[in-house]
Amino acid sequence: MTNLAKPLLVLTDVHMKVGAYHILHGVDFVVPRGQLTMLLGRNGAGKTSSLRTIMGLWRASQGRIEWDGQDLSQWATPRIADLGVAYVPENMGIFGDLSVKENLLLAARSARRASDMDTARLEWIFSLFPALKTFWNQRAGTLSGGQKQMLALARAVVEPRQLLIVDEPSKGLAPAIVDRMIEAFAQLKASGVTLLVVEQNLHFAQRLGDTVAVMDNGRVVFSGSMQSLGADPDLQRSLLGLAL
Amino acid sequence: MKPLGIDWKPLALVPALALLALPLVGSASSWITLTAAGLAMGMIVFIIASGLTLVFGLMDVLHFGHGVFIALGAYVAISVLGVFPSWTASPSIAANLLAVLPALLAAMAVAGVLGLAFERFIIRPVYGQHLKQILITMGGAIIGEELIKVIWGAQQVALSLPEGLRGAVLLGDAAIQKYRLLAVAVGLLVFGLLTWLLARTKLGLLIRAGVQDREMVEALGYRVQRVFVGVFVLGSALAGLGGVMWGLHQQNLVPQMGAQVNVLIFIVIIIGGLGSTGGALIGALLVGLVANYTGFLWPKAALFSNIALMMAVLLWRPQGVYPVANR
Repeated sequence: MTNLAKPLLVLTDVHMKVGAYHILHGVDFVVPRGQLTMLLGRNGAGKTSSLRTIMGLWRASQGRIEWDGQDLSQWATPRIADLGVAYVPENMGIFGDLSVKENLLLAARSARRASDMDTARLEWIFSLFPALKTFWNQRAGTLSGGQKQMLALARAVVEPRQLLIVDEPSKGLAPAIVDRMIEAFAQLKASGVTLLVVEQNLHFAQRLGDTVAVMDNGRVVFSGSMQSLGADPDLQRSLLGLAL
Repeated sequence: MKPLGIDWKPLALVPALALLALPLVGSASSWITLTAAGLAMGMIVFIIASGLTLVFGLMDVLHFGHGVFIALGAYVAISVLGVFPSWTASPSIAANLLAVLPALLAAMAVAGVLGLAFERFIIRPVYGQHLKQILITMGGAIIGEELIKVIWGAQQVALSLPEGLRGAVLLGDAAIQKYRLLAVAVGLLVFGLLTWLLARTKLGLLIRAGVQDREMVEALGYRVQRVFVGVFVLGSALAGLGGVMWGLHQQNLVPQMGAQVNVLIFIVIIIGGLGSTGGALIGALLVGLVANYTGFLWPKAALFSNIALMMAVLLWRPQGVYPVANR
């Protein structure tokens, strides 16, 4: 039985090293179930590294990453994905030589061919991102940056997932596309999925974040509700170097 | 592979090279013979190289032991063909094929099984370590070569073509050896099956995606390691198949034949773009044609010609004719 009050993911004192470099110095934060958790902080603070460590792409050298109480800090990436975790990396991880359809088919684990994919879910995806329907059979490498981000997000939700981990969804996107993304994330939140999102776009963060963790130098230096951070310009300045 | 956005320029290289050679060769009949020989050689080289390019592309493994599977396949075939002396000596092509087919299948099976062991015991301990990969796969190839000497002997062995596949068909004045037609047919069959696997099946999608971004495929929940074992076994089996074809083409075998062909294979997959099957086909055809044209026009340059070809292609496209995206 899953307990709704218990958080989905809890990081406790997570350290991570890449070669000789000590990147994460004891990261602690909590991802509450059914909410959108924002991970903020300047470049090099350890946000992307934290996401990669959760995903098992880099191995934690110390600490616990608990999913419903079980520690997955030493698990291989595919096993973590099997829990129902979808990951959208900063570079979006689009397979450029594959078509839009093939990218989605690969993400739909239970489908052997395109006709096996859940059509109702596809229609919902097309309603969020009509461009994907237009370019269905086109090589994904030929899409624009915004369309690639849409495909990356669609790939993450082509089947129901419990947790979406998204690294800088608004990076490099035109303001109009960012608004579209905000709309899509709002719908995803409404569908009940739990989200963990790294963002530099503070407008984006403030619109969507429920809880927030701010990182600096490989540690979490603030965690609390987005509201409490949003209401305190002094705190914002001291944590992020600017006001929201 | 997709109808949309196909890059035709590399495709045009093969006919362009053939047409360029026509005035140099002079006589049309010699040109047809040389072109057929070049295409047949290219097809055999493609069969061998197609598996290796996926091994490189998918797991970034520098596998220098591919040659041993070529030699192994050829030697297994010689043993199997020895079981059917009356069929290979028969002038009937049907009887010949009945002998050659089990030889091909046995060569693929033995090479595939050895590939499974090679991946498990030699390659798996050195994932992600390029220098060790080069050293240990070369070492594995040397051991394999010596084992071939132990089993089949160190001296050159003749592998004669079955009776019905000898000789040539005449196209006007030009003679095209029958065996070359068979080689082209087998090569096209392998290319067709690989293309189908890669373009039409989910396993193929997985391989193509894994070549581009292995990490992302794992993040989608797939065990790329398992796919790689399958690709390695397939690649080894294709090397075994190619080895038989190559042995029948040369009509003799030495245990070092793998190492000799290896250089050509690497040129082919570098020209093609690491991980690209279509690129490997184009690279192999170019290599086969260039080897035959220069062998006729300027024999002294034959050894150098394929390296020159590779340099020329890399000056044009530094990552091969079909660079795999995201690499």
